[in-house]
Amino acid sequence: MCATVRPYWRLFVAGVRQQSTYRLAALGGLVTNATFGFLKAAMLFATVEAAGGELRGYDVGAMSAYVWLSQGLLGSVNLNGRTDFADRIKSGDVAVDFARPISPQGAALAGEVGRAVFTLVPRGLPSVAIGALVVGMTMPTSPGPYLLGLLSLLVGIVISHATAYAVNACGFWLVETRGVQVLYMVVSGFLAGLFVPVAFFPSWLLRIAEATPFPSMMMYPIDILSGRIHGPSATGLFGIQLGWLLVTLAAGQLLTAAGRRRLEVQGG
Amino acid sequence: MSIDGPDIVIETTGLTRVFTRRAGRGLRSLRRTALTAVDDLTLRVDAGEAVGYIGANGAGKSTTIKMLVGILVPSAGSVRTCGLDPVRDRRILARHVGVVFGQRSQLWWDLPVRESFAILAAIHRLRPSDATAREEELVARLEMGGYLDTPVRQLSLGQRMRAEVAAALLHRPRLVILDEPTIGLDVLSKQRLRQFLLAERAAHGTTLLLTTHDMGDIERLCDRVVLVDHGRAVHDGDLAGLARTVGARRELVVDLLAPSPDLVGIPHTVHLMSDGGGIRQRLAFDADATTAAQVLAAVASRAEVRDLTIEEPDIEDVVRRVYEASGRDR
Repeated sequence: MCATVRPYWRLFVAGVRQQSTYRLAALGGLVTNATFGFLKAAMLFATVEAAGGELRGYDVGAMSAYVWLSQGLLGSVNLNGRTDFADRIKSGDVAVDFARPISPQGAALAGEVGRAVFTLVPRGLPSVAIGALVVGMTMPTSPGPYLLGLLSLLVGIVISHATAYAVNACGFWLVETRGVQVLYMVVSGFLAGLFVPVAFFPSWLLRIAEATPFPSMMMYPIDILSGRIHGPSATGLFGIQLGWLLVTLAAGQLLTAAGRRRLEVQGG
Repeated sequence: MSIDGPDIVIETTGLTRVFTRRAGRGLRSLRRTALTAVDDLTLRVDAGEAVGYIGANGAGKSTTIKMLVGILVPSAGSVRTCGLDPVRDRRILARHVGVVFGQRSQLWWDLPVRESFAILAAIHRLRPSDATAREEELVARLEMGGYLDTPVRQLSLGQRMRAEVAAALLHRPRLVILDEPTIGLDVLSKQRLRQFLLAERAAHGTTLLLTTHDMGDIERLCDRVVLVDHGRAVHDGDLAGLARTVGARRELVVDLLAPSPDLVGIPHTVHLMSDGGGIRQRLAFDADATTAAQVLAAVASRAEVRDLTIEEPDIEDVVRRVYEASGRDR
């Protein structure tokens, strides 16, 4: 493997292994996801039925796919804004990161994404399985959407962690980033399409959402994976995701470089 | 590898770092005060040296170290480490330097010790065969074989510190910087760690920069001591020289043949105590103003000396004097 990539790959693997040591927490997360999944399904199915069985392109089967995919992704897509990196700035452990011959941003993201990808196993897949078995959901019948959908999902996970990283890099200036995290959590869940599909937004709100990276974290991967958006439109969404990936990574890198110039290591 | 030549490992000129602190509360917190943590530090460390970098809490030791490795950006002055500019060349430099921050961990808390070493080997881009050989060497010398498969969070402090040191040395750095490596360790653990560091230096010629509050570390490991106070280097030399700068006195203990009156009035000496009616007497003398031989001659002119010992100043005492002399505002 290329020498530049190997450290980050190793940190990704370490993230996977770290996460795999917390099985009980994963089970707890799954139970919570499923509980809220049933609530969300009940409300959104009622909405679709009240609209005459179809609302903005969603019938009950498509809505079910949306509900269970979004619940399944919740453990992996970072919509709560919390990152280890923020804690490391606050405690001063970030000094250790800067003493290594790698990018602190790359190292932080590799670990977070590793943990997120592993979380798909105990939380993502069972969540989708529950939806498919108990409620039933409309999914594509050809392999194409799954292939692009998985790529889109992976990119969505990375965008979410890259954005959370950039937000938490404000800790170089603020030290305490809980306020920013809460703001991120409120905005991201809504605009990423966690509560209702972005297609339900009024057009002005839709335009706002589309001007942020949030739909690229969760809504677009779900649209592609469930086959609701397919063909060239799906490829287009994926292209938008790649754009946001570059933007969020660049933002994090700039903030890290600027933050380092004014870094004051906390706690001596 | 640089214009400095390969033999200078650390070179700073006028190195300064100022932190701004907010003073007061609420709106008044907009008022800022400047705190100079490192003040005009000029320091040179050559390859193979072992330097103790000591000073009271808040003297600027950790800030200096963080500038040496490019974690903190200097406010003024210049610094070159291993011939590189630490801020600009941080990532290249990190391959030549190993750092242990005694109160921080560089291991992966949830994972076995072995796994941390594997990750660090990848981070430092070691060849697998090199990494294995080096890991085996460190595991043997630091006696870590018994807990390689234990998650880091389950280690005792002594075990973890040995793993931390191994983690910092895995990539065979030219310069090893240890920031309070023996903090919180028991006597035996300290001794083991010191023995290891001596052996490591002997085997690889590693340059060592050590901050500590444990004078045993300095006495055993370092041949040079730099004392910082309020961000300035106030002493740079060997331990004996440090004792002289603070006027610490050597002491002469004489056993006399017969009980004698107190030996007072000998130039540049102070009579400290007499035992056994004056059979054993203790005198302190200023080593800059007189010599042990002159003091002894003066004593011998008054009483017949049967035996004598000369005691060097206690290093803890020396450092306490320095801290007390300048640190009343801490």
